[in-house]
Amino acid sequence: MGRYVARRLLQMIPVVIGTTFIIYALVWALPGDPFAGRCGARPCPAAYVADMTAKYNLDDPLPLAYIQYLGNLLRGDFGETFQGLSVGEELLRAYPTTVKLALVAIAFEIIIGIGAGILAGLRRGSFIDNLVLVSTLVVVSIPVFVIGSVLQLFLGMRWGIFPATVGGDASLYNLILPGFVLASLSLAYVARLTRTSLAENRRADYVRTAVAKGLPQRRVIGIHTMRNSLIPVVTFIGADFGALLGGAIVTEGIFNVPGVGNLIFRSITTRDGVMVTGAVTVLVLVFLLVNLLVDLIYGWLDPRISHG
Amino acid sequence: MATTQTGIAPLPDQTGATPLLEVEDLRVEFRTRDGVAKAVNGVSYTLHEGETLAVLGESGSGKSVTAQAIMGILDSPPGFVTGGAVRFRGQDLLALPDDERRAYRGRSISMIFQDALSALNPVFPVGWQIAEMFRVHEGMSKKDARNRAVELMEQVRIPAARERAGDYPHQFSGGMRQRIMIAMAIALDPDVLIADEPTTALDVTVQAQIMQLLADLQRERNMGLILITHDLGVVADVADKIEVMYSGRIMEQAPVHDIYATPAHPYTKGLLESIPRVDLKGQELSAIKGLPPNLTNIPAGCEFRPRCPYAREICKEQRPELTEVVPGRFSACHFAQEVLEGDIEPAQQ
Repeated sequence: MGRYVARRLLQMIPVVIGTTFIIYALVWALPGDPFAGRCGARPCPAAYVADMTAKYNLDDPLPLAYIQYLGNLLRGDFGETFQGLSVGEELLRAYPTTVKLALVAIAFEIIIGIGAGILAGLRRGSFIDNLVLVSTLVVVSIPVFVIGSVLQLFLGMRWGIFPATVGGDASLYNLILPGFVLASLSLAYVARLTRTSLAENRRADYVRTAVAKGLPQRRVIGIHTMRNSLIPVVTFIGADFGALLGGAIVTEGIFNVPGVGNLIFRSITTRDGVMVTGAVTVLVLVFLLVNLLVDLIYGWLDPRISHG
Repeated sequence: MATTQTGIAPLPDQTGATPLLEVEDLRVEFRTRDGVAKAVNGVSYTLHEGETLAVLGESGSGKSVTAQAIMGILDSPPGFVTGGAVRFRGQDLLALPDDERRAYRGRSISMIFQDALSALNPVFPVGWQIAEMFRVHEGMSKKDARNRAVELMEQVRIPAARERAGDYPHQFSGGMRQRIMIAMAIALDPDVLIADEPTTALDVTVQAQIMQLLADLQRERNMGLILITHDLGVVADVADKIEVMYSGRIMEQAPVHDIYATPAHPYTKGLLESIPRVDLKGQELSAIKGLPPNLTNIPAGCEFRPRCPYAREICKEQRPELTEVVPGRFSACHFAQEVLEGDIEPAQQ
């Protein structure tokens, strides 16, 4: 187990170096002058350009500049944006909001997604089952920005049930609506996955054994069937959590959530290369770590998987 | 004294005491999209304490479905019990509400299955799965239940039982897994144990060990044992009497040694002749020609007629009922007496 984790952590090194290098190269290889338009209507003074060129090692060959950047990263220094803001501080400010939003979304996936899946899976062909099938199909077919805008319009503005935008106050209550919108697609998949998995496992031989043992129905389903059925679901939700921690550009945009997605989107439009590289590096790391965690949970849920 | 396939009277009871288990005119059908498959068509048998009954038949003969109906673990839908009775010490289990019937499962009647790997839950340790019997049925504490589980694992001769109780099913060999199934099934000291092809998935050497274990446990605990198999060799040493099933009906019922020496039904005769024999090495294997009937459309007359070498005109029109040929021996064949005495020629083709 310990060896498995160590090996996985070692495998992350080349992945992190590879991805950050690609991002770094792409950001600085974009055509055009990175300092165009930085100084209002006039071209930037030569002294400023020289200063900035030195600060970001722009005169060095790309690999050399990257190695210097990587060296700074390893010391925990994400650098500064062109405006002189600390990238690390900006990320620290945006990340808690994204984590909160992701947690709200995951809560919806677990409660509504698994709940609906269980109801449908236990009564296949019933009204509930069909309702779940049709409604998840609808959700899957509609793009997130449509769902987001419609819910914002009705639930947020017309009827005023939930706050329509988040703004500076990213409280859990304010995040309910964006969290639900962010969860909607995965929620539909979770419901369908749970339903199929449960329906399949109900016919399994070991469930028949559990009945033959004289166990009460709720124990046969609640423990023997459920434990096996939820293995793929938990794995899916775990992987989805990793993806959600990468920020949600569309949803955060609609509801004005000051999260990582918003930050990255803003940085890309303003061509703030240092911010983009820093943010993506963190996202890659988080994604890799969450995936490792999911694999470990999978091994714990299903003893047949061995992490030898 | 004869029992008919439609009759209400149970099979004759030699001892006169209430039998442990009495199956009477049991009928099961599967309602599928392709029609109604009549899987069990009026099966009756009795089982006494300490007795071993072997139920023999090929796939689709209804032997496993009968057992599942006795246990109350039919997949329903599509499977439905449409008639008959299953009496345990006189109590008709089919007439009981679900929760009362559940009390009999595991405690009075328990069952082991062919493929222990899929029949055991893959995500729980084996000790936990055995201990569950004590925790649920007897409300025992986790620790006590675990100790009892380890004792049971020792009784079914699993080496290093205490250390292995925390292992998962996939970490055991096929034979060991079947031992765990057996430990689980005998945990509450049931009166009847149904073993549905317990050795089919195992190596021959392991098969013998498992059969020996079952026989020993049965003797120690005086259980009634129903042994379902398609393998004539498996039952010869352990069974007291044999029911031969075909097309959802009992074709022949007899004490084990009689049936091997002198079968009273052409189907049994065919089964016995199809066992490969070393002394006939090199000769062509004898097989029963044709296939069992489609259960959604069982032909009129005798079910076995299309495959029977002795079929006559009467077999086409009239379904032979299970009747006593000589005392203690029953056969559902119009020519049972002749088959028994070897006094019949194959029909002219």
